[in-house]
Amino acid sequence: MSPILGTLASQFSGKPFGSFESIATVTVGAGGSSSVSFTSIPSTYTHLQIRCLAKDTTAGSTFQNFKMTINGNTMTRRHFLFADGASVAAGSSTTNLAIGNIPAAGFTSIFGAVIIDILDYANTNKNKTIRSLGGTDANGSGELAFYSALYAVNTNAITNLSFSADSNLAQYTQIALYGIKGA
Amino acid sequence: MTATYEKIATTTLGSAQSTVNFTSITASYTDLIFIWSYKQDTDSTVYMRFNGDTNANYSTTGLFGDGSTTSSQRLSNNSNGIWFRSELISSSNFNSAIYQFNNYSNTNIFKTVLSRANNAGEMVGATVGLWRSTSAISSIEVWQGGTGFSSGSTFTLYGIKAE
Repeated sequence: MSPILGTLASQFSGKPFGSFESIATVTVGAGGSSSVSFTSIPSTYTHLQIRCLAKDTTAGSTFQNFKMTINGNTMTRRHFLFADGASVAAGSSTTNLAIGNIPAAGFTSIFGAVIIDILDYANTNKNKTIRSLGGTDANGSGELAFYSALYAVNTNAITNLSFSADSNLAQYTQIALYGIKGA
Repeated sequence: MTATYEKIATTTLGSAQSTVNFTSITASYTDLIFIWSYKQDTDSTVYMRFNGDTNANYSTTGLFGDGSTTSSQRLSNNSNGIWFRSELISSSNFNSAIYQFNNYSNTNIFKTVLSRANNAGEMVGATVGLWRSTSAISSIEVWQGGTGFSSGSTFTLYGIKAE
């Protein structure tokens, strides 16, 4: 299984810029992929948003971790608020650093949505804070969670993001990177 | 890079209305974002259906907080649509909700919808909904079971395009 490397979506279009721009998108093809990566992310935006619709190839009807690394490193810690349709849990971790939960292969045709925001990603004076909202409903089961994660490895600008699952990312998984400009 | 996030359509209610429809949604975007500023005259649950489907193809998992307790609930095999709790809509103040439709026109997969909604006087919530259909979403119907959404409520649909 080979990773997929995202490439910058397009060159300057010549049209007036808005404040929300598509940077790059990867859609996983037949056979799946071990990871999806975006490299050479420019520092010309103020914030990043990553919009994901994803699925894990793990067998069975379970929910799996959707993971993100920054500049080749895992995040430092996370907190979460989690719901499963019957109860709510809160917790934190420095070892399980998933940023969302996605369905396994047994949930036919069902994908999990995860929307991730990284604010001030290029500011070299700050550690980076990441937030996400993600969930999957599978008609009788499901999970929904808010995550807040900290990346404190260093204060470098984020130039590289990589996404993976517990097994592989399934066909039709789509991960789209957007940049949001400040004033 | 390509600028995106375009307004597709908006509706501002001039009088109370129980149903809001957006039709003829093209497949030319990657995701849809549906933003509501809403109020109700009488308390009732809200649902959202797609493409006129009134079969039991909808399910919703929710996470809620009411100022003192948290809860999670699920509605499955529902024909009314994606579920929206009545506590998330007020009769005294306008409230806000944002729905996210990722890959709404992918005909290989069922449709997953994320939402965040706030009623500052009563509840905050998030939901994930499923429409068990591989059809592209071409119309969205939001309906309230009571006298409807109040005059002044606005519903705006945006499209964003990944490239």
